[in-house]
Amino acid sequence: MLSPYCVLDLADEKGLLAGKVLADLGADVIKIEPPSGNPSRKLGPFYQDKESPENSLYWMAYNTSKRGITLNLEKPRSQDLFRGLIKKADFVIESFPPDYMEKLGIDYHQLKDTNPQLIWSSITPFGRTGSYKDYQASDLITMAMGGVAFITGDENRPPLRLALNQSYTLAGIHCVSACLTALMYRNATNQGQHIDISIQEAIATTLWSSVPIWEFLNINEPRMGNKGTYGNFVFMREVWQCKDGYVVRLPIGGLWGAQDWGGLASWMEEDGVIGSLKGVDWASMDTTNLSQQQVDAWEADMARFFLLHTKVELEDGAAKRGMKLIGVQTVPDIMNSKHLHARSYWKELDHSELKRTIIYPGYYFQSDKTKHGPRSRAPHIGEHNKEVYKEKLGLSAGEVESLKQQGVI
Amino acid sequence: MTTLLPLEGVKVVDLTWVAFGPWVTKYLADHGAEVIKIESTTRPDIIRLSPPYKDNKAHPDRAGLFTVFNSSKRSLTLNLKNPKGLELLKKLVKWADVVVENMGVGAMKNLGLDYEQLVKLKPDIIMVSMSILGQSGPLSFFQGFGPHGAALSGVYALTGWPDGEPTSNTLAWPDCVCPWYATTAIMAALDYKRRSGKGQFIDISQVETTIHGFAPAMLRYSANDQVTNRMGNRCDEAAPHGIFRCQGFDRWCAIAIRDDAQWKALCEAIGKREWASKFATLKQRKANEDIIEKAIDEWTAPQMAEDVMKKLQSIGVPAGVVQNAENLFADPQLKHRDHFPKLDHPVMGKTTHPSWPAKFSASPAQLKPAPALGQDNEYVCTKILELSDQEFIELVNSGVLE
Repeated sequence: MLSPYCVLDLADEKGLLAGKVLADLGADVIKIEPPSGNPSRKLGPFYQDKESPENSLYWMAYNTSKRGITLNLEKPRSQDLFRGLIKKADFVIESFPPDYMEKLGIDYHQLKDTNPQLIWSSITPFGRTGSYKDYQASDLITMAMGGVAFITGDENRPPLRLALNQSYTLAGIHCVSACLTALMYRNATNQGQHIDISIQEAIATTLWSSVPIWEFLNINEPRMGNKGTYGNFVFMREVWQCKDGYVVRLPIGGLWGAQDWGGLASWMEEDGVIGSLKGVDWASMDTTNLSQQQVDAWEADMARFFLLHTKVELEDGAAKRGMKLIGVQTVPDIMNSKHLHARSYWKELDHSELKRTIIYPGYYFQSDKTKHGPRSRAPHIGEHNKEVYKEKLGLSAGEVESLKQQGVI
Repeated sequence: MTTLLPLEGVKVVDLTWVAFGPWVTKYLADHGAEVIKIESTTRPDIIRLSPPYKDNKAHPDRAGLFTVFNSSKRSLTLNLKNPKGLELLKKLVKWADVVVENMGVGAMKNLGLDYEQLVKLKPDIIMVSMSILGQSGPLSFFQGFGPHGAALSGVYALTGWPDGEPTSNTLAWPDCVCPWYATTAIMAALDYKRRSGKGQFIDISQVETTIHGFAPAMLRYSANDQVTNRMGNRCDEAAPHGIFRCQGFDRWCAIAIRDDAQWKALCEAIGKREWASKFATLKQRKANEDIIEKAIDEWTAPQMAEDVMKKLQSIGVPAGVVQNAENLFADPQLKHRDHFPKLDHPVMGKTTHPSWPAKFSASPAQLKPAPALGQDNEYVCTKILELSDQEFIELVNSGVLE
């Protein structure tokens, strides 16, 4: 879908997903790394637990379909090469500290005259300006500062981040969306621009319930463990332990809720464990008028019921009864999902250097007209130096070799 | 003077509701698209009927959650059970470039508005269907919400304490992630149409998009046969890496040590200078994480979270207050970026309509208040569909616009 466009991707783990999505959608994405390799190559897990820059599964996961070149941005000769590449590019994605590229003389505002149509995205923890711009961060810090950690976890234990680096992938996909928004603007005006993305702000954007709850009620939405609140701050459990794992069931009210609660109650009756749920008129039950005491009594009985069944039994029985219940899927469950296989979601990529294939998450959406998804494994350090420097800057193989020896690339 | 917005001239028929669908069309509208949100007075978007309400008065135009997801749109109420209502919707499809929906799988077909039918009305239409699991496949019948998507994509299984349960929260993480894959798909499709003249049908799933955030765990299972499990706040690449108790009720500070220099600085700060060499390597710190975390906790507990953050940041150590909603509204950095603009809502008055994490140098987003239910009926009928005043009045009188 994006085959006409060329992207220079200088980002570390904070922005890897952005270039990957553009590459998987067809753009020519050139990953520019220092000669020692991108810092994210140090992130695990590693292939067969063998730690090395070429074995990072984290790197592999987020650099599919890209070509890779090396360039030491801190050398003057390299900066000439970078200026040359800028002329051929539509997008730049970088995640350096706010003043890093400016000090090298190769920041957006120093280069934009070279290519006025260029769209340049900077991904930083807090944004390129403002009082926190130089604060040190990591995913854990932006999860905390953006508000997600406060509402995640058990009420009697410390707040939690979401697993893996979700603030980076969230900022990454916001970056792609922003790049294409700027492309729409460029299509209309022929002008490029700079985009300043804050990871903290991306996380703050997700606080859709906490924000109006504070604004209208002056209440800080609390951590509720596995519970949700369905009106008047009565907490109701969403994740239930069953025989062989966990399931999710939302204790919602209204029309859907009546069917769900009714189905659950009749099932508990069949199993002989209905307890306190007996005789409730679910059609008129209003979740906003329940007391915590009432909910706690029901939940004690429900907990016993769920432990009688496996995930699959509960899913199948729920489907028959029109209930919205689903098992909590582990990584193996997800990779073995019949549903995802039926949709041909997974993509097996060739790793000839490892003499095997590895299975990757595939497309971002399905389309009746266009196809996309990971096309090739992540590049090795400098793998496409000769090819890219020849194609973009007309350098010969000999020139590339000599630049390599000078430590430029 | 208003600057040109990136999506100016893009026309969108918005059949989304609740959260993750409306978020997509909010993005398009805030960046210049003309978005017509279609509801009915008998079945408004259910998020209009969800608390909290402004001044605690339950009313479809006073729901805070609706303002979060619906700025800059126009609102049209249409009775789709009335054949004339359906006819008006089809006219809007002819006008539109993009139709977005997140109804249950099959609902558009039941209305006679599936892609096959839309193409007959507008050959180059871009139709986007958003759902939990996609439009096809054995589980596509499952009509759930974001928390179901979170259970299906690994968010819950992987988030939590190693000795605890899978952990949910109110965000429904896929609701917060999938929309930006959808805006990406829509703009890529618009550019593809500009170049090829062709529209397309896009089927986007919460689960399939959210899994990309867990790709390293998927590759690890595929390549190493290893299953990634819950790790609390810890991770393999950095230690210590946790959230520590501070002074006051439910006050905390996150600290993440990513290299040896940061470790050395932290050891100085917490008065454990000898640990700089004793636990010099990541491996040593991982092996002694329990006692290191205990010492940090003892150091942070009597201090204000803000002081811990400032002290550590001043010596180059990554640290951040675990901010609650109140803190976010007061956060100087989010203020600097104008993240919570207050717009003059037609019913609620000055109300927060959250902005976006990407700031554009040439074409910044321009947010307008979320619409009251049906507030643009006349505009849509007379200005967009170019009906006469008489025709509009007849539609009103015959209950089509309800």
